[in-house]
Amino acid sequence: MSNLTHSSVSSEPHRPVAAVMNRPLLEIDNLSTHYISQQGTRVVRAVDDVSLRINAGETLGIVGESGSGKSTLALTILRVLPTAAHIVGGSMMFEGQDLVRKSDAEMRHVRGKRIAMILQDPMASLNPLFTIGDQVAEPIRVHEGTGRTAAWKRAIELLKSVRIPSPETRVTQHPHEMSGGMRQRIVGAIGISCEPRLLIADEPTTSLDLTIQAQYLSLLRELQRRHGLALIFITHNLGIVARMCDQLAVMYAGRVVEQGPVSRIFNAPAHPYTEALLNSIPRMTDNRKRLTAIEGQPPDLSAMPHGCAFAPRCPAAFDRCHKDTPPEFNLADGRTARCWLASASVQRGAA
Amino acid sequence: MAVIEAAGLSKHFQARRGIFGGSRGVVRAVDDISFAVESGQTLGVVGESGCGKTTTAKLVLGLEEPTGGSIRFEGRDLQGLDAAGRRHYRKSVQAVFQDPFASLSPRMRICDIIAEPLVTNEDLSASDVRKRVLRLLDLVGLAERSADLFPHEFSGGQRQRIAIARALALSPKLIVLDEPVSALDVSIRAQILNLLRDLQEEMGLSYLFIAHDLAAVAHMSHTIVVMYLGKIVEIGDARTLARAPKHPYTEALFSAALPSHPDERREEIILPGEVPSPLNPPSGCRFHPRCPQAMPRCGREEPVLAPVAGRFVACHLYDQARQ
Repeated sequence: MSNLTHSSVSSEPHRPVAAVMNRPLLEIDNLSTHYISQQGTRVVRAVDDVSLRINAGETLGIVGESGSGKSTLALTILRVLPTAAHIVGGSMMFEGQDLVRKSDAEMRHVRGKRIAMILQDPMASLNPLFTIGDQVAEPIRVHEGTGRTAAWKRAIELLKSVRIPSPETRVTQHPHEMSGGMRQRIVGAIGISCEPRLLIADEPTTSLDLTIQAQYLSLLRELQRRHGLALIFITHNLGIVARMCDQLAVMYAGRVVEQGPVSRIFNAPAHPYTEALLNSIPRMTDNRKRLTAIEGQPPDLSAMPHGCAFAPRCPAAFDRCHKDTPPEFNLADGRTARCWLASASVQRGAA
Repeated sequence: MAVIEAAGLSKHFQARRGIFGGSRGVVRAVDDISFAVESGQTLGVVGESGCGKTTTAKLVLGLEEPTGGSIRFEGRDLQGLDAAGRRHYRKSVQAVFQDPFASLSPRMRICDIIAEPLVTNEDLSASDVRKRVLRLLDLVGLAERSADLFPHEFSGGQRQRIAIARALALSPKLIVLDEPVSALDVSIRAQILNLLRDLQEEMGLSYLFIAHDLAAVAHMSHTIVVMYLGKIVEIGDARTLARAPKHPYTEALFSAALPSHPDERREEIILPGEVPSPLNPPSGCRFHPRCPQAMPRCGREEPVLAPVAGRFVACHLYDQARQ
């Protein structure tokens, strides 16, 4: 394995994370990002009052369907939102500083260096006109001021570490000369090039074949272990969460409806949406003739129903669900759930 | 009884250099495969990009002519069919594709989309067509008023229902489902898979189900075919095959499928390398360069499908057990 620990940032790459850092690496509190139309008449609450925590070295999965706000949340963390989107409230404490309050110039030193991102389509992240070496070396040259030759040397090492065969010749080639799996690994190499503390992966394996996906996931896990990276996996695939993540946040219509340790949520989901989602996926070994489908459609984010957004589709909904929006209840086992049913169990727990 | 039977089916493409260039060789997209889709049952086809599953679907749909072997429909060879027989075949075999945003014309109303196959193929009065359309909408769980709307007024799941209604319009025997749920949201997938199963039971439909989600294929299929570089490497009863795959490729593929629960501990087989170019497939067994259990003879001799533990496997590992 190549040695990537020359840079100043990673002088202690294997430090036991929890011992050094008592505070979470990223602490998001009551964050809201809304898309506001030009006249201000239409407001889409893409991210609505979201609170999340991720510790160094941990893997957090954020699952949700299209339109649940998971990608907008990722763009908010990196502060690369489209012009119509505005952070309207909340804070994002990262390494002791609030990312919401940082200027654009300050964010440029965070993005790519302290927090990196991998997108779904590697061809959209790579420039077809530049060589692989130029693109992998670019963030190193920009963020660390390394010279061209030294940066290229690092690029070769990085390619080796993401298991690109014969990296010495690959650095001089262009993206079109690579397969899809190789391109995604190169995007991964760019992501880790400046030794970030947090890597956000937005559906990183959706375009890959199964056996290539397995290769890529095991590579990500190895990189995470070697560099003590915190990983945020944004996905619609509960299987990826089951395989890769420690913590899980389930999003529905812009809100986090349930979060907590992955195995607890899979074993006993607290929110009816999570439960329905888990029941709706086919399993390799099941004998069920029919799957348990969730009837209806997710709501329109610009015309949200009163009360709980899931209530119209919820099999357990009662009167209150259609009137009042449930707050985030803290459950006994370190989980939170936005559901009035959970409030009952909290009271039972207290009594 | 089999609705469709493929025997020794092949589709080879000539790869050319430039427009006038000579042949660069032959891509054996589908190479000597045999399978049958039984009446009222689902045949699932799995494999990665380049394994030939889409070419197989095109051959069955009559969108490509085979370069070898035959397809028999209700016992009759497609090659020998006259014009009337061909027309009957095209009506009996329909398709539902992956992307319901691409497969429905945005300028047509739903009733016209669903009625199109009826209007071109059957001699019906306008009011009869309308009646049939409304019945089809009801069958796929859409409201009557949907008929006069346009596709953009529907969500992905509803559009896929419309595509299914159109496929059902001519009362087909077989529907080719090419990744029918992969473009849909997780909570909607179960709705569509349930609908497809209900329709199969009600109407005795047969499905050729192509998908990369192995759990969905295992859930839907009676028989599963596993393809690699144009060849069938394993074929057998869906449950038997999904629970205990025998071919090393099938094993790796199913181990790469994502778990449904975090406590599920499975042996992860990470295959080295990628699928080789079909222009220049490896000698002998096409899987041998990536196979964790390859033997010297795998590079020399091509294995043939033979019975192993209740299914058919093409692998030299089981040669001795058989003798």
